[in-house]
Amino acid sequence: MIIKELTEINGISGSEDNVRKYIIEKIKDFADEITVDSIGNIIALKRGNSNKSKVMLSAHMDEVGLMVTGYSDGMIKFKPVGGIDERILPGKRVLIGDNAIPGIIGIKPIHMQERDDRGNNIKLKSMYIDIGAENKEEAQLKAPLGEYIAFLSEYTELGNDCIKAKALDDRVGCAILIEALKYRYEFDLYACFTVQEEVGLRGARVAAYSVKPDIAFVLEGTTCSDVPGVEEHSYSTLLGGGAALTIMDRTSYGDKALVDFLFSLAQINGIKVQFKKTTTGGNDAGKIQMSGTGVKIAAISVPCRYIHSPVSVMNKNDFKACQKLILKALNELNDEKCFNGFAMINGGGNINV
Amino acid sequence: MDYRSILKELVSVSAVSGFEKQSVDKIKCLMEDICDEVTIDKFFNVIAFKKGVGINKKKLLICAHYDEIGFLVKSIDKNGFLKLTNMGGFDPKILLAQEVIIHGKSDIVGIIGAKPPHLLKPEETKKSVKLQDLAVDTGLSETEIRDIVTIGDVVTLKVPFMELLGDKISTKSMDNRCGVAALIGILDSLKDKSIEHDLYVVATVQEEVGLRGAEVMAYNIFPDAAIVIDACHGDMPDCQKDDVFPLGKGPAIGIGPNLHKRLTGRIIEAAVNLEIPHQTDVEPEDTGTEAWAIQVSRSGIATALVSIPTRYMHTGIETISISDIESTVKLVTKFISDLDAGLEGIL
Repeated sequence: MIIKELTEINGISGSEDNVRKYIIEKIKDFADEITVDSIGNIIALKRGNSNKSKVMLSAHMDEVGLMVTGYSDGMIKFKPVGGIDERILPGKRVLIGDNAIPGIIGIKPIHMQERDDRGNNIKLKSMYIDIGAENKEEAQLKAPLGEYIAFLSEYTELGNDCIKAKALDDRVGCAILIEALKYRYEFDLYACFTVQEEVGLRGARVAAYSVKPDIAFVLEGTTCSDVPGVEEHSYSTLLGGGAALTIMDRTSYGDKALVDFLFSLAQINGIKVQFKKTTTGGNDAGKIQMSGTGVKIAAISVPCRYIHSPVSVMNKNDFKACQKLILKALNELNDEKCFNGFAMINGGGNINV
Repeated sequence: MDYRSILKELVSVSAVSGFEKQSVDKIKCLMEDICDEVTIDKFFNVIAFKKGVGINKKKLLICAHYDEIGFLVKSIDKNGFLKLTNMGGFDPKILLAQEVIIHGKSDIVGIIGAKPPHLLKPEETKKSVKLQDLAVDTGLSETEIRDIVTIGDVVTLKVPFMELLGDKISTKSMDNRCGVAALIGILDSLKDKSIEHDLYVVATVQEEVGLRGAEVMAYNIFPDAAIVIDACHGDMPDCQKDDVFPLGKGPAIGIGPNLHKRLTGRIIEAAVNLEIPHQTDVEPEDTGTEAWAIQVSRSGIATALVSIPTRYMHTGIETISISDIESTVKLVTKFISDLDAGLEGIL
């Protein structure tokens, strides 16, 4: 499965090379034109039959991780890249750099912790990675300063429909974009595999500027908090609840007409769909929406429990629902009337000056 | 001896304290061809026996526990999430985002999830989680999981066998499978030699929940002298230097009231004579090992302790150096050969 291959590649924000290589290999036979811009985004163009308008699909290639920042004897000090819940780090396994040096995030055994410390979380600044180096020199040699560090986590099938992997956010989106490039549309399709989403939506910002789309869809992995200890009204999405549509989050408002269109399209076609019910987090839609004179956007997301951890969990049916929904939507947008309904009406057009 | 592959085999089995039965055959199998006879007692202690040839022979015991800490399934909720109770002391801090195996009708994989950080109350970000707040996610619904899993089923950590730089291994239950690997190494290095005294090499159970396997085993065998092989704390940052032992510098030989002074002296002598790397582990009180139970079995047993330095004890990343297992095997084998001359002056 493509998600297995995609999630087993390491590509921390700023170091997406291996993901990029893999994706280019996958899309080179389908895209009419593939550009890699200065920041590292892949912009893949599938020319439309009518060539009159532009739709941008966006999914980010990068994942959260860590970076080597120093040494304490033979142990490696690190800082996070992107939003990581530091509580999950002690006792986890990592791979450092392109040579994939295995390491573990050490923790003082419970027997040796002071009674007062036992009940407290460990602070990031006192954490370290053990690669088995005998001293600082060996550690430096194997894991130089600035080396990127990825979680070590095997793709695993879970239960009947679920999978566990790292980096589901947002390799699921990448997988959907690869699929979308296999078809030809009336409009020009720009599939943008972006970089640096996790450190501030930086890749999407420049990609959107280059593409200047009429409409953009963001394909994401989003939070799913339907777990014990969380009250039901705080559930952001439900695992197995279908494709999640964003009304608003910290970075953007979904275009009302586009979101409604996606929702009813899903209902008509029997595709499971849900609204993301919390407004926390954000994604590339935030920057794409604000690009140039503004872009109409909507985000379709695969719910991922334990997102940004080595053990994110998603339901394959949710992934399929997202893929089906975006392909249906693109198909509908082939109809010029439908397309113009979103791009031109309700203040959709650019003002002539 | 290839300790890498022995360790790999040893950690592939699960033997949570009190539930060692499922692994007993594997342990037996690893010992069978390198001794005279293997028996299994009522508690599932695995006892390998090598007959001594001496006329005035005594009984020697070498033991290491093969049980590991783990969990039991405590409840299953309406959404299929499992709650756990612990068998032995894990630090809940290592359990967030940890994979586990639930040993139900079949083995299934689960994830101990974490509540998303943006939903944490301020005090929750500081205070560590408690086991009762954690839940295992199997991706199955309540009905589906109840077909496979029952309350009371055993749960163990699912971790890879990871090789670090040098000869270091990092995985689960190195406490005390590294000791069991040493037992196998000792039997193997003696397999073609005849020894004076009867030798009992025992992989014991239920150490982590109160040294129970050792207690009944020592009573049963009643040896004249015993050596316990266990894990001690390896050197780690932020730990007091005299509480931890560097990896790769050999086993730590215990000294203190729990341990027989002259027996221990002879072990140190053996190490010095053969220039085997070793360290000294000062234990003014309870060693927290099976030596504590064995020393006072029946009318008393002369007991010594040899420990293999292990970093991050009671986590899924317990880390040891293979060279320390090799040194332990060399040391104990030499010590047993030295005793061919008799135990006079020791006991």
